Amino acid sequence: VTDELLQLAHSVVDRALPGEGVEVYVTRGTETEVRAYEGEVESLTSADSSGVGIRLLLDGPEGAGSQVGFAWAGSLEPDVIAATLADARDNARFATPDPDVVLAAPDGVEAREIDLWDDAVGATPMEKKVALAVELERATRAADPRVRQVSSADYSDSRVEVALASTTGISSSRRRTNAFLSVDAIVGEGADTQTGSGFSIGRGPGDLVPDEAMDDAVLRATRMLGAQKVRSAHCTVVFDQRVASTLLGVLASALSGEAVVKGRSFFAGRIGETIAAEGMTLVDDPTDTRAYGAASHDGEGLACRRNVLISEGVLRMFVFDTVSARRAGAVSTGSAVRGGFAGTPSAGCRALVLSPGTKDLEEILAAVGDGLYVQSVTGVHSGVNTVSGDFSVGAEGLMIEGGALAHPVREVTVASTLQRMLQSVVEIGGDLRWLPGVAAGQTLAIADMTLSGD
Amino acid sequence: VTDTALIEPDVLERVLSAALVGGGDMAEVFAEDAATGSALLDDRRVEELSSGRSRGAGIRVVDGETTGFAHTADLSETGLLAAARAAAAVARQGGDGVRTVALEPLSDHGRGDRTAPDSVDKARKLELLTRADDAARAAGDAITQVQVGCGDSRRRILIANSEGLLAQDEQIRTRFNVVCVANGDTGMQTGYESLARTEGFEVFERYRVEDIAEIAAARALAKLSARPAPSGEVPIVLAGGSGGILFHEACGHGLEADHILKDASVYTGQVGQLVASPLVTLVDDGTVLGEWGNFAVDDEGHAPGRNVLIENGVLTDYMWDWLRARKEGRKSSGNGRRQSYQHLPMVRMTNTYLLAGAEDPDEIVAQTPSGVYVKKLGGGQVNTATGDFVFGTTEAYLIEGGRITEPLRDANLIGNGPEVLRRIDAVATDFDMTPGTCGKDGQSVPVGCGQATLRITGVTLGGTA
Repeated sequence: VTDELLQLAHSVVDRALPGEGVEVYVTRGTETEVRAYEGEVESLTSADSSGVGIRLLLDGPEGAGSQVGFAWAGSLEPDVIAATLADARDNARFATPDPDVVLAAPDGVEAREIDLWDDAVGATPMEKKVALAVELERATRAADPRVRQVSSADYSDSRVEVALASTTGISSSRRRTNAFLSVDAIVGEGADTQTGSGFSIGRGPGDLVPDEAMDDAVLRATRMLGAQKVRSAHCTVVFDQRVASTLLGVLASALSGEAVVKGRSFFAGRIGETIAAEGMTLVDDPTDTRAYGAASHDGEGLACRRNVLISEGVLRMFVFDTVSARRAGAVSTGSAVRGGFAGTPSAGCRALVLSPGTKDLEEILAAVGDGLYVQSVTGVHSGVNTVSGDFSVGAEGLMIEGGALAHPVREVTVASTLQRMLQSVVEIGGDLRWLPGVAAGQTLAIADMTLSGD
Repeated sequence: VTDTALIEPDVLERVLSAALVGGGDMAEVFAEDAATGSALLDDRRVEELSSGRSRGAGIRVVDGETTGFAHTADLSETGLLAAARAAAAVARQGGDGVRTVALEPLSDHGRGDRTAPDSVDKARKLELLTRADDAARAAGDAITQVQVGCGDSRRRILIANSEGLLAQDEQIRTRFNVVCVANGDTGMQTGYESLARTEGFEVFERYRVEDIAEIAAARALAKLSARPAPSGEVPIVLAGGSGGILFHEACGHGLEADHILKDASVYTGQVGQLVASPLVTLVDDGTVLGEWGNFAVDDEGHAPGRNVLIENGVLTDYMWDWLRARKEGRKSSGNGRRQSYQHLPMVRMTNTYLLAGAEDPDEIVAQTPSGVYVKKLGGGQVNTATGDFVFGTTEAYLIEGGRITEPLRDANLIGNGPEVLRRIDAVATDFDMTPGTCGKDGQSVPVGCGQATLRITGVTLGGTA
């Protein structure tokens, strides 16, 4: 089936006129989404979708470089594709000619064959998928007498195929499936209400562990009962796996070569410097099939590869797509990402992971002694600035006293700067967990943060 | 504006009948034809002109408590019938045989007085980008990077349902935004400003892009000398139009009927109760022409309303879409919205604002011995079940001795909705609105927020000092 998509992409590339470069991204997919409520299906969505994104380069005046235009459409109908190509061509006429604007060309790096497809997503009957959501909702309600409400219990899956071809010799296709279970629990005791969420992910429904989602949601909600605001203080903060993964995802935008060449990253000009705690090594490796963001090819059709960004605390490299690499005088690191057919490629990370330490959560808490354990954060998009490095997020979790979790805490913030936080990492857990998003999670302890409360 | 319906009424009638063939209480076709355009100037180059087209229909069948939904990019009768059958597949068996659907005459709400984005020469749009870039760079040598974006969309929607409703609308939106980076001894700082209106290109006859650029640049420059924000609970004065995001997060989401009916909001069962300071009268109003959350019909075909949510501190009503209103045997308040034809509608805000008060904004600052003056807010987030919410500052200053003094670095504020609303002790006259994008359950829609200068006696500010 994917061959058919690749042929379609090539058939559009073949329509390039002399002096034009054309890159065609085509995708097709199906998705299922079930939400259960009070033992019944609240909503069920089943749909196919497809789309095309075309980048077209025009040769500018001698030596001035190329102009690029982009157009997309949510359809693969021949007349729509023709109109999209014409739009891209028209848009290109208005862009500034730029010698750094080129399409990716094969760079000799062999793509690793990785299997991200589970036939079970297509083969599993709808009743079974519905049953997964309904059973998750029922089990969560029954898990603890304090569970007052399950505001959502969802099963969802998707199958996506992508093909990419260009006049510069790119020809790649890939396909992937995903399956996802998630649940939001609301628990109460007297007038006190708390919430918790849990999930389980996999390539297909057979990988999903409903108990993992349920236990996580119920534990996170119930242990927050009785939470209080606390006094402002400076302390060590231990971030749980999910929060740590979110933090690495934020850090990823400062490691984008594009942000760096445009002067929008606090890492600019710091290659070779010690920017993080000694033991910290950060790798982006999309060829690791355990990663949610695993991929054989990047958003420009180049092979994904393992990139060591920070080694033993020293900043080693940034991730680049083709254009940002040329601007920096570097080469693409196979790190082009794109937000589906409606987005153009940019440099980004897919599968960040810190070299794991040896301690589990309990041992880390014991080592930290006193501080705050954070199980979830809010306001990441409004409170973290990867240009200045300012960091301030809402937090909920539990105090750490005498090396163990103590009373729950809510309505506080934790703040620092990303620069200082990287230098102040005191523990990296050995408890690696692969999570949705661009980074794996492991317990992370960061010293000297400001806890703001009363 | 639009001479033909996206789908002919007789086709719609057959598709709706097919959707109900297995039973069901209501079937609906939502068709959409959207064209978007955007341009980006970055690092002094026009880097990207983009155009997009998305066209398709979403069909839902509601049967008791269950909704079946399918969508298709194929607007032919064959494509629509296939989607109708897929949506109906979740409806219970044993329906009452053939149901015929008769639609009312089409009510078309498209407006003719807007300049459609695709009728404007691309070179004219690019000229705006260059003018803004020049203005931002002229604001100071410390401005080292400028990114200017503009975008527009033209969205035709048609809604038909088995209750006979048939409505069509054309929504035209235009946005313009500038991000500046300033570089100084203490590192880099950013400034952002945007304009976003439910209007066509004619909006630039009334708004100068240079003004938007200068505000963004001034914001970045001011923060170069900023000190870390304080931590702990402090009095906050929010400037008029700094971002009604406070109310959007502190109570707006919690007043959406889907959260209420699932008992997932702190405001469940609170109608008639005092939930805020008597100075608070909060309205959600999709009818405010030109505002970012304005439309003629919502994504279920209902007219928007001026819905009073809180009056003098007392909770008066929630916001409703068709599905949640039906459960309570009432009418939709015109708050059923969706990101696109690929999404189910749900209860969403439109333009949510606090009515202006009687005080002088400068007086409010003068009567605040110490605290923080927030000139501009960024985004926010809320947990509706607990009421805890955060919102970020992107331009803030210390208040010392009743005077605005030093600039502060960005930080988040955290509070509990019902508590913060009770702590509002002054509201001024200088009302203004700001546009925003609201995300809920994976769907984004344009919204407006508004408020006059106001004071909150205590909120926790998440700085480092």
